[in-house]
Amino acid sequence: MARNKTQNANPTPATTARGQRAPKGVLRRLLRTLFSFYPVLLPITLVCIVINAIVSAAPAVFLQNVIAIVDESYQSGDWASVSGRILTYVAVLVVMYVISLIAGAFYTQMMAIITQGSLKKLREKMFSHMQDLPIKYFDTNGHGDIMSYYTNDVDTLRQLISQSLPQMTISGITLFVVFCIMMYYSMILALLVVVGVVCMVLAARAITSRSSKYFLRQQITLAKAEAFMEEMMTGQKVIKVFCHEEGARADFDKVNGEIFYNARNGNRFANILMPLLGNIGNVMYVVVALVGGALLLTDVPNISISGMAFSISIVVPFLNMTKQFAGAIGQVSNQINMVIMGLAGAHRIFALLDEEPETDEGYVTLVNARENADGSMSECKERTHVWAWKHPHHDGTVTYTRLQGDVRFYDVDFGYTPEKTVLHNITLYAKPGQKVAFVGSTGAGKTTITNLINRFYDIADGKIRYDDININKIKKADLRRSLGIVLQDTNLFTGTVMENIRYGNLEASDEECIAAAQLAGADDFICRLPEGYNTMLTGNGANLSQGQRQLLAIARAAVADPPVMILDEATSSIDTRTEAIVQQGMDALMTGRTVFIIAHRLSTVRNANAIMVLDHGRIIERGTHEDLLQLKGTYYQLYTGALELD
Amino acid sequence: MIKTLARSIREYKKTAILTPLLVIVEVVLECIIPFTIANLVNEMQAGCKMDVIVQYGIQLVIMAILSLIFGVAAGNTCATASTGFARNLRKDMFYRIQDYSFENIDKFSVSSLVTRMTTDVVNVQMSFMMIIRIAIRGPLMLIFSFIMGFVMGGRLALIFLVTIPLLGIGLALVIRAAMPIFRRVFRKYDALNDSVQENVQAMRVVKSYVREDYEKKKFSAAAEDVCRDFTRAERIMALNNPMMQFCVYAGMAFVLSFGSYVVITSRGAEVAVGQMSAILTYSFQILMSLMMLSMVFVMITMSMESAERIVEVLTEKSSLTSPKDGLTSVKDGSVDFEGVSFKYSKKAERMALADVNLHIRSGEVIGILGGTGSSKSTLVQLIPRLYDVTEGCVKVGGVDVRKYDLETLRNNVAVVLQKNVLFSGTIKDNLRWGNPDATDEEMLEACKLAQADEFIQQFPAKYDTWIEQGGANVSGGQKQRLCIARALLKKPKVLILDDSTSAVDTRTDALIRQGFREFIPETTKIIIAQRVASVQDADRIIVMDGGRISDIGTHDELMERSEIYREVYTSQNKAGDSDGQE
Repeated sequence: MARNKTQNANPTPATTARGQRAPKGVLRRLLRTLFSFYPVLLPITLVCIVINAIVSAAPAVFLQNVIAIVDESYQSGDWASVSGRILTYVAVLVVMYVISLIAGAFYTQMMAIITQGSLKKLREKMFSHMQDLPIKYFDTNGHGDIMSYYTNDVDTLRQLISQSLPQMTISGITLFVVFCIMMYYSMILALLVVVGVVCMVLAARAITSRSSKYFLRQQITLAKAEAFMEEMMTGQKVIKVFCHEEGARADFDKVNGEIFYNARNGNRFANILMPLLGNIGNVMYVVVALVGGALLLTDVPNISISGMAFSISIVVPFLNMTKQFAGAIGQVSNQINMVIMGLAGAHRIFALLDEEPETDEGYVTLVNARENADGSMSECKERTHVWAWKHPHHDGTVTYTRLQGDVRFYDVDFGYTPEKTVLHNITLYAKPGQKVAFVGSTGAGKTTITNLINRFYDIADGKIRYDDININKIKKADLRRSLGIVLQDTNLFTGTVMENIRYGNLEASDEECIAAAQLAGADDFICRLPEGYNTMLTGNGANLSQGQRQLLAIARAAVADPPVMILDEATSSIDTRTEAIVQQGMDALMTGRTVFIIAHRLSTVRNANAIMVLDHGRIIERGTHEDLLQLKGTYYQLYTGALELD
Repeated sequence: MIKTLARSIREYKKTAILTPLLVIVEVVLECIIPFTIANLVNEMQAGCKMDVIVQYGIQLVIMAILSLIFGVAAGNTCATASTGFARNLRKDMFYRIQDYSFENIDKFSVSSLVTRMTTDVVNVQMSFMMIIRIAIRGPLMLIFSFIMGFVMGGRLALIFLVTIPLLGIGLALVIRAAMPIFRRVFRKYDALNDSVQENVQAMRVVKSYVREDYEKKKFSAAAEDVCRDFTRAERIMALNNPMMQFCVYAGMAFVLSFGSYVVITSRGAEVAVGQMSAILTYSFQILMSLMMLSMVFVMITMSMESAERIVEVLTEKSSLTSPKDGLTSVKDGSVDFEGVSFKYSKKAERMALADVNLHIRSGEVIGILGGTGSSKSTLVQLIPRLYDVTEGCVKVGGVDVRKYDLETLRNNVAVVLQKNVLFSGTIKDNLRWGNPDATDEEMLEACKLAQADEFIQQFPAKYDTWIEQGGANVSGGQKQRLCIARALLKKPKVLILDDSTSAVDTRTDALIRQGFREFIPETTKIIIAQRVASVQDADRIIVMDGGRISDIGTHDELMERSEIYREVYTSQNKAGDSDGQE
């Protein structure tokens, strides 16, 4: 059964829905982030981009000059008289080309480094930030949603950084430089081009707004289809058993049709863009040629910065520039969809980075300690297997309290949301070495109580004390280090069996890990694995049975050796016979520790020091097994099977 | 592989073929336009009249409009063809998966199937779009521009002979160097994302053991590795741009120097000024198309992996198919296992079931008990032919299950699976899985029998209550009872409950069994359970151990002779309150 109770208890909608445009300011923040990653390299690269762009716009000037020379002397056919001038121009051009090539080679190389480096840093930032988020975040956001930050959003960002941004910069500069040259030659023709550009921009805007609308919708339908497929594939065996294949197909066709509709329309508009802009460019070209020709013939005075008169040597490069201009605008518009998607991705990533991390105002820490002759504790560096809480006080003194595992709840109230209290007036104590069991139906609040002990969630009212220290004063990391936890849904990591056990205590030796496995009763099956303790586990231990995974989780907790253990349905997937075998290990694991145990099978809680029966967030019965049976209340009914327990 | 994929084009074949045709026209026009302009420029230089210019202008505008029409049409057909192809691919995969047997399903993980149907299909769609549009456009553009260049520029076009091979070889080298890195890095990238997923899922464990910093370090190392490879690959790819620029520049310098020389020495006879700029346009177009081709090539190579993964799903042979002219009726609910052995895969060393002989009479109630991994579920899954036996045969109604039409068999042998699933929809929607034509009365009846009616009536919307995905809004016991009702609606001859009442309280559990006995006495009932109480009153109880039948008998017989049975019994009935249970 999926353990997402808390998720159902407070469904908070994702703050950054897919298929939305990013608000203003995201681009600026993205650029600022990029600059902060590469404060030196990025500006240098930018300079190279500018040089490259300017130089690649420059040939128009040389073309004009050379054609002017050719134009005035081609009828004479005398090469020798003009070769010097032409070759000088060409030589200057070549020098500029060399500069441009060097700048170009440099910036493309650097961009590759910057793009990948930035993505890496961003990923690290995201991951590292995510590690610091409270567990509430993971309970209220779908895992698929969180994953898509790393896959979809980072991928769109990659396109944005590596292609769209440099391309837009280059095109922007080209547009500017070419426009200046145009103005230099002839303002009339330049204005004509401006009119053409306005048409192109309007056309581009009309089309990209439509295509991006469909593309963003496509993202939504894709997500919907993903959810549908996930549900169907998860239940694929049920579909087979009920011969429901046809129904599933029909449902799928509907969802699939929606994706198709959006994808097709989005791509249609996106595909139209280039031919449309290209041909507006062509028409512009023709108009410039016509007007240019007319001007040549009619002797209208040319208005230009250079003050040059109209001639063929102006019209020819002008035509080329028109082409270049149109091309640059095409490039920019072609990137618009990428930019919209990329910024939407960046926005979501920033939203993740802006999530409030788990706060920790605790100052009491856990230290290795030694017991002095007089019974007091003192701190020491080496591992002594004796731990103490180091408690600094306002007056500058420091006291040490031995870590024992005494946990007490005083009148604790709690709700996942302020409106709905799920635990009421919980008061209980567990003295060092005692075993406290929680029993009750789904949603009674068993797991919630354990969530409070390790401060996955903070209580609304009341107090929890650990070794007589308010747990709010204890540093969260140290508090959690003093608690071991085994959950019903076991999560294993990609790595060897040994590494997975060692996860409980990174300093544990191989021998200690094996001892822990033996304690948990896992040694037996591990040794039968193809490579024993060095067997690689992948996909959450996909090659192990659920019961075997739980045994590994128990071993992992054993190697951590904490004074307090929380067992949340730790043996629910182990059948009764195997459990009887594991029981010994479990008993060994539990001796000398304070244990909070939530169990599916009442047989496992029978020998607890205290059993709490929970109902709707309240403790309705408490006592030992015998006490509660005598009471003939809810526990008795549960025990005799008259009430459902799940 | 291409053949398999191509089969999914189907109704979009027309648009898929039309697109390149339209593109050809578009390209031809695009190549004629610079040619016409070159002539215009020459005319203008020669000092022509306005009407000539206008004539050229009209010609050009018409060409531009035609080019626009063809371009837009091509864009349209291309979008339809590629997204339609993608739609068919998704459909074919989904349909194919519906035909999978349990064995096939076990082979793929859910997330991998979903990725194949989303990301991988999108990759292939992109490639397809490029192939029918740009891959045609590129070479055509190259050839046309090349020809036009020679037609117009004469000797000037010689520069193509230098720049084309130069860029071509350069691009080929770049691709050859970068592709292996790309292929490798994409695999690493997947692994990186897998590890993020693993981390997200295991967050409670990470936080409980205070391993945040450890995880950060682990992630950093993996991210660094991915970044290094990606950077290397992208830096190689980044060489494309300067190479391209170099060739353009070389062309420019050549045309300006040698071009002017030719124009002047031939007095404009061999090549005129107009041609000079036209040849620059062509040279640019040629290099662009080479560039595009290399991009297409990269894209195709990258989507190769995706295509392979899709084909894997499409060509996966269902290991279990319905026989032609299979029997469409089942005589009765008798079940026979004759010398059955079974293993999950051919490679498996251990038999999951070994040498099982078993005869169940129609209408009998059979309990099955055994530890985890004793193959209880495996045994019953052979009856509706969810898997095929490795040796021996399973018979239902006296006939080998492989002789039945699959749908007939499965409608007559209903299984309530251990990992049962409700789907998002109303309770009625879910129940109708058992029988699409079930009337309200039939549903009510089935739910009463499964002891589900009582709690359904308590919901405000009763039978129209919406069930969340996976049945998240009903309790485990309620879910199990709904699943039983769903199976009952099939009116099966054999009903198999695979640990389907584990979350149901013992009283209700007993009521369900009592109902079975009274209302569907002729149906064979096979009940797998963890609780002895659930099987205690069965006609016979099978005790499974390590893939073999350890013993068969009534409760009393087994208490006497089966050690395993006794062990399980006592472990559940300690403290002498066994009589507290029914």
